[in-house]
Amino acid sequence: MKHDRFDRWLHGERDSLLNRVELRPQLEYAPSEEELQKIQEEHAFLREKVFQLEQNYKLRLFQRLYRVAAVVFCIVFTSIMLITVSWLPKAGDPSNPANPDSNEVSARYIERGLQETGAVNIVTGMILDYRAFDTFGESNVLFVATITVMILLRGSSGQEEEPDNQLHPGREDVILMKVAGLLVPVILIFGIYVILNGHLSPGGGFSGGTIIGAGLILYVNAFGFANIQRFFTEKTYKIICFCALTFYCLAKSYSFYTGANHLDSGIPLGTPGAILSSGLILPLNICVGLVVACTMYAFYALFRKGGF
Amino acid sequence: MLGGNLLANYGESIAMILFGIGFSNLLLQRNLIKKILGLNIMDTAIYLFLAQKGYIMGRAAPIVVDGVQSVEAYINPVPSGLVLTGIVVSVSVTALMLSLTIRLYRRYRTLDLDEISARIKKEHQKN
Repeated sequence: MKHDRFDRWLHGERDSLLNRVELRPQLEYAPSEEELQKIQEEHAFLREKVFQLEQNYKLRLFQRLYRVAAVVFCIVFTSIMLITVSWLPKAGDPSNPANPDSNEVSARYIERGLQETGAVNIVTGMILDYRAFDTFGESNVLFVATITVMILLRGSSGQEEEPDNQLHPGREDVILMKVAGLLVPVILIFGIYVILNGHLSPGGGFSGGTIIGAGLILYVNAFGFANIQRFFTEKTYKIICFCALTFYCLAKSYSFYTGANHLDSGIPLGTPGAILSSGLILPLNICVGLVVACTMYAFYALFRKGGF
Repeated sequence: MLGGNLLANYGESIAMILFGIGFSNLLLQRNLIKKILGLNIMDTAIYLFLAQKGYIMGRAAPIVVDGVQSVEAYINPVPSGLVLTGIVVSVSVTALMLSLTIRLYRRYRTLDLDEISARIKKEHQKN
């Protein structure tokens, strides 16, 4: 029974906690005629009495003072920062204290990065090996942000919103459809290329994922939500994000059991420059790319129509 | 009072001016969407500042070419990673702020922050 409930929850059929614990769906915001009228009246009242600056002397004084104070504050703030900048060491100077010539950390990343992580791209080696937990946190930030946006935008869909997908067709624009048909596969393949070559060339999970997300958004704009739901629904989003984040977590959390002193994976690093090299970096890049692509598309879908 | 490197650090100076522009947007605009735009300008200023701090004149991006691994060959890789983190967080925060703005708009039917706060005050007085 319990297993069954979990299963149904996983497939998004029914919220197993609904009506069981104190968790109720948010009420739909459906203002009655009276309420709408009241809002209109309040709006008019505020416009007339409060924001009518000829009558409200205090507010006018406050607004003027506020504007002057804000401008003065911003100017003072900017000039303080400019004075600070003028005392900073020269930009582009190798003797800058944070630069590799005098900073142990960045020097180590450059000098030993290739041997220790196997990644030709030092930045990728840094963010996915030395600082892999940081990137894990970032992916989780994206995931949590999507979920929060979902909670905020769904459940309160007002009357102006149509949950039915049939009401959000594509634009039926021939030029857009033709161009998108040509461009979307190229964009998606380029995104996959950027992700897979993250440890060899500029790019990686974040940039490649954004490119794929942009391709998906172009696809939706040209062909409509009904078409994209054949292969990308909320369920797909959940499964992809869940699997990618779990894999990332499991792939890196073992280091807690080995004393949390290093993130060595034990996988041979391979020859630098080969696509199958540098240990866990390639799978982790794919995970990050999947999460970012799904998040970009999810943000767009959520803001466009409040759901997938 | 003014140090000698203001013009030499022109990238950082521009970043700080951009930051000031974004901040004044945040203070002076009454429209919530424009406030969010101001915050995004501030984010961008920070990225520019970090990228400028990591740059070293005449050196290449930190991608190992031909096995050269001396510190004299590459720029500082740490700020690049920090900018990446910043961009991701700023995207999430922007999405969150925009969805909160949508909720506020649905409740109060306006984006004007002054009007929203006046109305909240009125609601409190009623209760």
